[in-house]
Amino acid sequence: MDAEADLQQHFDELIEADVRIEPRDWMPEAYRKTLIRQIAQHAHSEIIGMQPEGNWITRAPSLRRKAILMAKVQDEAGHGQYLYSAAETLGISREQMLHLLHAGKHKYSSIFNYPTLSWADMGSIGWLVDGAAIMNQVPLCRCSYGPYARAMIRVCKEESFHQRQGYEILYTLSHGTPEQKAMAQESVDRWWWPSLMMFGPPDSESSHTEQSMAWKIKRHTNDELRQKFVDMCVQQAEVLGLTLPDPDLAWNEERGHYDFGEIDWDELYRVIKGNGPCNKQRLDLRVAAHDNGRWVREAASAYAAKRDKPATPDRDNPATPGRDNPATPERVA
Amino acid sequence: MSTSADWPARRQGSEDPSVADEGDDAQARRDRGAEPWALFEVFVRARRGLSHNHVGSLHAPDPTMALQNARDLYTRRQEGVSIWVVRSTDITASSPDEKDAFFEPAADKIYRHPTFYDVPDGVQM
Repeated sequence: MDAEADLQQHFDELIEADVRIEPRDWMPEAYRKTLIRQIAQHAHSEIIGMQPEGNWITRAPSLRRKAILMAKVQDEAGHGQYLYSAAETLGISREQMLHLLHAGKHKYSSIFNYPTLSWADMGSIGWLVDGAAIMNQVPLCRCSYGPYARAMIRVCKEESFHQRQGYEILYTLSHGTPEQKAMAQESVDRWWWPSLMMFGPPDSESSHTEQSMAWKIKRHTNDELRQKFVDMCVQQAEVLGLTLPDPDLAWNEERGHYDFGEIDWDELYRVIKGNGPCNKQRLDLRVAAHDNGRWVREAASAYAAKRDKPATPDRDNPATPGRDNPATPERVA
Repeated sequence: MSTSADWPARRQGSEDPSVADEGDDAQARRDRGAEPWALFEVFVRARRGLSHNHVGSLHAPDPTMALQNARDLYTRRQEGVSIWVVRSTDITASSPDEKDAFFEPAADKIYRHPTFYDVPDGVQM
């Protein structure tokens, strides 16, 4: 057997045994590329996902809500960082990924191309958008690629707070004044269908699903996860006292699941292609934030370079910090 | 043996054919406005009595900033009482390609485990 076939066989055995692939293992190039695309897209989604909610921080209705929203947006920045780190173990640099995002060559989740028009949208994003994200992410904690699975475990732990705080916002509004309840309903009406689209195209049109499942990157199909999400939301909507905007939504005794209406896939493809309500605004703001932060990065690098230089002899201050005198965290035990 | 725990040097940057079509690293660096910051591995002691565990990595211009970034990134919910940061390039790792030969000497020494030994019936150990 030649070396390549030998390596492939070892890889296949690891996948078959359901143990994790680690960064320095040999892996098929297609596996590496699939993971880079998926993890980078996931990271970009977290980073762009800060914008729709960041929009409401200054207008949160109370200090409590404002502090919570800031913590949530900060978590999303953190999730982006965990995921960029995981993608870097596959051989793509952080700079490359940011460049590809800014150049429009990498995608992020289409859901973030919808505007946040009312405070109730902070509730809908937490309940529906983060709820759908959790549905997608929990199985990824068992993804065959170790660094991705480990990043997802951290993300999922933090994400459940996001969903609950969103639900609490909607519950408070829907049990408030008639105007507040109407605001909550209008928001859920706008976010319901785009949330269902977050699971991706139907299985019949999903080109990557079969291979990704064989590699144990994905554990469930798009349609399976979407159905699970719908089943979960129906009861939760009842408790909220809100309706889901789908006249075809009905319990199907035979299937043991809720039936739901046809999704407007043309809309999803339109938004993916760049023609959603906020695509341009989201990307422009991301690029501007990056450009406006350039002087901070340069200043930090310049300061580090200055400290790295051998300290010039200074009679008055012999202990000038230099390369040999970094900020040691703690003696290694 | 080779340096760097999880970031094989041969895969860094656009020299690697597998990622060459993913973008232009030099252009990306110009976009960033500076040389890329070093990669640091982060280790966190969750609480007293436990050793530091690897939790992930981050980029920073120097160790002090790496520590501060690690605090913000990995201990937002009191996950730690102590943090180490180590430049990834300072880590020496065994190579998976050598794994059989490298770890093989331990494989045939089953007498290092207590279960290797017969214990007479009735004795309390």
